[in-house]
Amino acid sequence: MSTMLTVDDLRVTFPTRTGAVNAVRGVSFTLGRERLGIVGESGSGKSQTGRAIMGLTPPHATITAKTLNFDGIDLLETSVKERRALRGNRISMILQDPKYSLNPVMSIGRQIVETLRTHEKVSKREARRRALDMLAAVQIRDPERVYDLHPHEVSGGMGQRAMIAMMLITGPELLIADEPTSALDVTVQLDVLGILDNLVRDRGMGLIFISHDLRLVSSFCDRVIVMYAGRIVEEIAATDLRNAKHPYTQGLLNCMPEIGADRHPLPTLDRKPEWAA
Amino acid sequence: MTEAINTSRPLTRREWLMSDRPQSRTQARLGRAYLVWSRFASNRLAVVGLAIIIALLLVAAFAPLLAPHSPVAGDLRNARLLPPGGDYLLGTDDQGRDILSRLIYGSRLTLYVVILVAIIAAPIGLLVGTIAGYAGGWVDAVLMRITDIFLAFPKLILALAFVAALGPGIENAVIAIAITSWPPYARIARAETLTVRNSDYIAAVRLMGASPTRIVLRHIMPLCLSSLIVRVTLDMAGIILTAAGLGFLGLGAQPPLPEWGAMIASGRRFIMDQWWVAAMPGFAILIVSLGFNLLGDGLRDALDPRGNNQ
Amino acid sequence: MTPSLKIDNLEVTFNRFRALRGVSLEVVPGESFGLVGESGSGKSTLLRAVAGLAPVTAGTIEVNGNLLGASRTKAFYREVQMVFQDPYGSLHPRQTVDRLLLEPLAVHGFGDIERRILRALDEVGLGSSFRFRYSHQLSGGQRQRVAIARALILEPSILLLDEPTSALDASVQAEVLNLLEKIRRDRKLTFVMVSHDLAVVTHMCDRLMVMQHGAEVERLTASELARRHVTQDYTRNLLVASQGFVRPVVQNA
Repeated sequence: MSTMLTVDDLRVTFPTRTGAVNAVRGVSFTLGRERLGIVGESGSGKSQTGRAIMGLTPPHATITAKTLNFDGIDLLETSVKERRALRGNRISMILQDPKYSLNPVMSIGRQIVETLRTHEKVSKREARRRALDMLAAVQIRDPERVYDLHPHEVSGGMGQRAMIAMMLITGPELLIADEPTSALDVTVQLDVLGILDNLVRDRGMGLIFISHDLRLVSSFCDRVIVMYAGRIVEEIAATDLRNAKHPYTQGLLNCMPEIGADRHPLPTLDRKPEWAA
Repeated sequence: MTEAINTSRPLTRREWLMSDRPQSRTQARLGRAYLVWSRFASNRLAVVGLAIIIALLLVAAFAPLLAPHSPVAGDLRNARLLPPGGDYLLGTDDQGRDILSRLIYGSRLTLYVVILVAIIAAPIGLLVGTIAGYAGGWVDAVLMRITDIFLAFPKLILALAFVAALGPGIENAVIAIAITSWPPYARIARAETLTVRNSDYIAAVRLMGASPTRIVLRHIMPLCLSSLIVRVTLDMAGIILTAAGLGFLGLGAQPPLPEWGAMIASGRRFIMDQWWVAAMPGFAILIVSLGFNLLGDGLRDALDPRGNNQ
Repeated sequence: MTPSLKIDNLEVTFNRFRALRGVSLEVVPGESFGLVGESGSGKSTLLRAVAGLAPVTAGTIEVNGNLLGASRTKAFYREVQMVFQDPYGSLHPRQTVDRLLLEPLAVHGFGDIERRILRALDEVGLGSSFRFRYSHQLSGGQRQRVAIARALILEPSILLLDEPTSALDASVQAEVLNLLEKIRRDRKLTFVMVSHDLAVVTHMCDRLMVMQHGAEVERLTASELARRHVTQDYTRNLLVASQGFVRPVVQNA
């Protein structure tokens, strides 16, 4: 398996009024054409890791790393312009809530076409055809109709499919999905994941799936990274999760209520200071 | 918890204020005030604005001590229309009165107008806006149409009409300005109320069984207050100008009161040859208006909860 | 035994949208009843209608045998309290914890305020060091504990819980669920709990009702659900979905 992304000792620091906050503190991993899950609770730095790779870290924060390499390109050394060309073209990102990440005053079809035409020189007719194909690929039944709709006119699940269509139209090699289904109903959530799964497999993309839901991630990904307080506490194959060694991973798995398991009270997580050390 | 704090070294005053775990109501309140203050103080122009306003307050308070001459009795024989300099730092007017002294005493009138207008207009606007916003339905419709009627007239024209009806004089000018300046406050308060009225924390207060009066007075009004304070401060400059405008037209303060607008009006006749008679009160108005504007801008940045996210 | 909460054919309509279409249920004292469904199922609307926060267009609600009118009385709010979903939106941004807890006591004219506030904080596991903090100085879990303390301070007999843990991290969710269970046991409370998460509802509730499009789909006991004894396809779909993602077998390898 060829390595597409190498992250070595990534650190993201935010200056604040009360001193520097280290959101990510030395994260290292590699990614091939596979599905990698990054799991952690709020404040674990999982989203900032994804954003740093994508180049969406707020400008006042500082990023350092020994290596941050995507397919031979040093992401720390690239210019803003090169970065922009990379973003949306070879690396794409799906965010949690389509309500906030789609432009409310532009029709869904136009947004997809815009995305495509910023990165590729294609005719309007060709762009429209490809946008419709893409909408069909994310299993939207009536692409012609949805093409002309505005984001507020579609349901959350439909919006997230449109978002995925927009992010995948350029055929990226790496997709970063930050809580892509957390805002959706459970049944819709699985449809969206199914679509994502097909696309990733058919197109041979690398996927970084960022989520707070350890169970969901482990059912979807090949490999899981568990983050706590800006660090990786454990990296494990998804099928091996039951045998996780780190008490934090075990705690996360155990503390969720389960249908049929009669555990009163639920085991809680006893956070040890040395985990964050 | 308390033990840990007792055994550790005593906190510095800043640490005490910035503490994440205040031990008393006072500490919580002071901590919050300190946060607002430190945000405010980091804006240099705002501090300049504050300094101007404090200076205005001090000048008004100590006017008799600061003024070198009488503001009303002039030396008609020796000191008519003297240029700035010498014994009369900013010159004298056609009555032989010291302009500096008149400006110093005039600051009292300016403050009087500004404070009275704020005290009358802001609460009316706040009350009308929050009630309209919270009650909704026909109450909202009636209150907001009344507000619209007031907003439909140009401010100065409406104030003129009121003063014409009530008779000229500084009190009537204040009333006229107050009556014409509350509608924007009502609008702001209503808009703010509409954004919070359906929030869960207001629903939670309703679930306590609190009456609508209590909800509006104790839970909604405090939330509208900061944007209102900002707006009122920014409007102060406008109020001073309107008051000066009325004074200029002879409908505000009556002679020989040293009101700044009236001073410009009387200096108008000599503007070509003795420019300082009209220009000096003009500068005073300019500086004080600027002070209020800078202060308002600073307060907006410091009080606006949307600026709170670190 | 008079039921704690009896709802009969309840309908709620917002601007012609029928959010609730004739739902009936009975909850006996000391029971924990769950409402499960996806967004738009009307489960939260049902709770809000009971609390007097949603417009009831038809049907009746009885609390401890008393029929509720169009507006709620102070006495009602001493019987029924609610905990909201979003701990970031349910605490007043300009009030300290102290003030938040003081308000219900002041409205109802309770004496002995000092002791009650300290006891409420203690009961939800926060302790007095949290008393003078503002909500922005608290974490999500701490906020939700404050919201629970506020609901309990009037000593209600029925607690309405609207997705109390869905905005929290999994480990914090476990702590809050444990806290709620303990409180229910100690105070012999009646719970009506809304959630989109079948696992949470089966963990917390004895009986539950699955809802969709503002109407009942089916009613189950927690043990029936645990044994997968469900009759409706919709419930079965929810059950499957709650197990996580299952990769379809690829036919042509």
